[in-house]
Amino acid sequence: MMAEQGGSAWAIPVTLLAAIVLTLMPLPDWAVAWRPAWTAMVLIYWCMAVPDRVGIGVAWGIGLVLDALEGSLLGQHAAGFAIIAYFTVTNHRRLRTFSWFQQSLCVGLLVATNALLKTWVQGIMGLTPDYAIHWLPVISTMVFWPWLYLVLRDMRRKHGIV
Amino acid sequence: MAEKTLFRRGPLLRLRLGLLLLTSLGLMIVDHQREQLEDVRGVLSLVVYPLQYVVNLPQEMVRGVRKALVTKSSLIDENRLLRRQNLILKTRSQRFAALEAENMRLRELLESSLEVNERVLVADVIALELVPPSRTVVLDKGSQQGVYQGQPIIDGDGIMGQIIHVNPISSTALLVTDISHALPVQINRSGVRAIASGSGSADGLELAHVPLNADVKRGDLIVSSGLDGRFPAGYPVGVVTEISVDPGEPFAKVIAVASAKVEQAREVLLLWPDRRQSPDHSSSRESIAFQ
Repeated sequence: MMAEQGGSAWAIPVTLLAAIVLTLMPLPDWAVAWRPAWTAMVLIYWCMAVPDRVGIGVAWGIGLVLDALEGSLLGQHAAGFAIIAYFTVTNHRRLRTFSWFQQSLCVGLLVATNALLKTWVQGIMGLTPDYAIHWLPVISTMVFWPWLYLVLRDMRRKHGIV
Repeated sequence: MAEKTLFRRGPLLRLRLGLLLLTSLGLMIVDHQREQLEDVRGVLSLVVYPLQYVVNLPQEMVRGVRKALVTKSSLIDENRLLRRQNLILKTRSQRFAALEAENMRLRELLESSLEVNERVLVADVIALELVPPSRTVVLDKGSQQGVYQGQPIIDGDGIMGQIIHVNPISSTALLVTDISHALPVQINRSGVRAIASGSGSADGLELAHVPLNADVKRGDLIVSSGLDGRFPAGYPVGVVTEISVDPGEPFAKVIAVASAKVEQAREVLLLWPDRRQSPDHSSSRESIAFQ
């Protein structure tokens, strides 16, 4: 089944891992709040490009790993990523036809949904959310999306992942 | 192809999403109660430990290269050993500022306090950017080294925080600056007691419920009071930087900056306070203070 769908798909786990590493990589203080949502971006790309391979299950698992790594509430990222993956998978055809600008807007919207969920969870936990840390990444994600899209698309074509 | 489409859209996908969301919600609720999910977290932490290692690798490599260019490897080892020894010695000497003040008031208790012989272990901080507003670090020592939940950690300059999750080979510590962290403290100069809670910023602390007329000044050293039976008494916690008295408020607003380099520390000390002594110690302090 997997073999029929195209070439070796090792690029998918590798890029996801790289995204997680980028998410956790120490940055200078001024840049921390601007860190793009790398993991969400890479997940959105693969959900859009190969929805039969990367779907809400994978997204949920990656979210759980991120929760364990970041020390956030177990299930917080998992739920957010599952929702992101759901909307991406159900609309993947539409997303593929969008221009890069429209795509960026949609990705920003998805990441913002995730950020909203995070602020809710933290609010319920009794923490006062730091708004900058949740909403600035939405902007940087939209800026980085077209470039990440190009890189991942080239990678997908090169390795023939369909 | 029809199967795929059905799988991608339709009620089945929505059902899966619903199930996953319910599972997440359940996990979050259970995890919020902290205790029950320790095992799950333990397993997950073992799975993700290689990842943490990879994230840490570039920094480690840069540091390694820098060291190799400057000195020979034997010197590096010696240097490292000396640094660790220095850290332990500095930590021991931290107590003296507090002990001096204590000496004035509680001369007879000084001996017993000096006898408290604490076991320490140096742990490395695995560099990780953790999500604000929670301020936590991951240490490379776990239950195999005898780390326990609630264990105090300090660095060369003061109290850093306490352990909240213990895994077999790593552990997570909550820093004093975390918004959900609080510990009982004392102004070293005047003996005024208060609760120091984290402000969620990089090195900010707030003292809660300080009376308007309390003897607190800018620049006062805040030390741990040991009344919680968890943190040992007399370690520096912070320095008062700002006091704002508003007559309309019942309490003064006291802002302090943490003594420990909570954000920069690469190595920390895990403390095993002598638990037999600390309750007696604190209760006798308490009774004298009330007389």
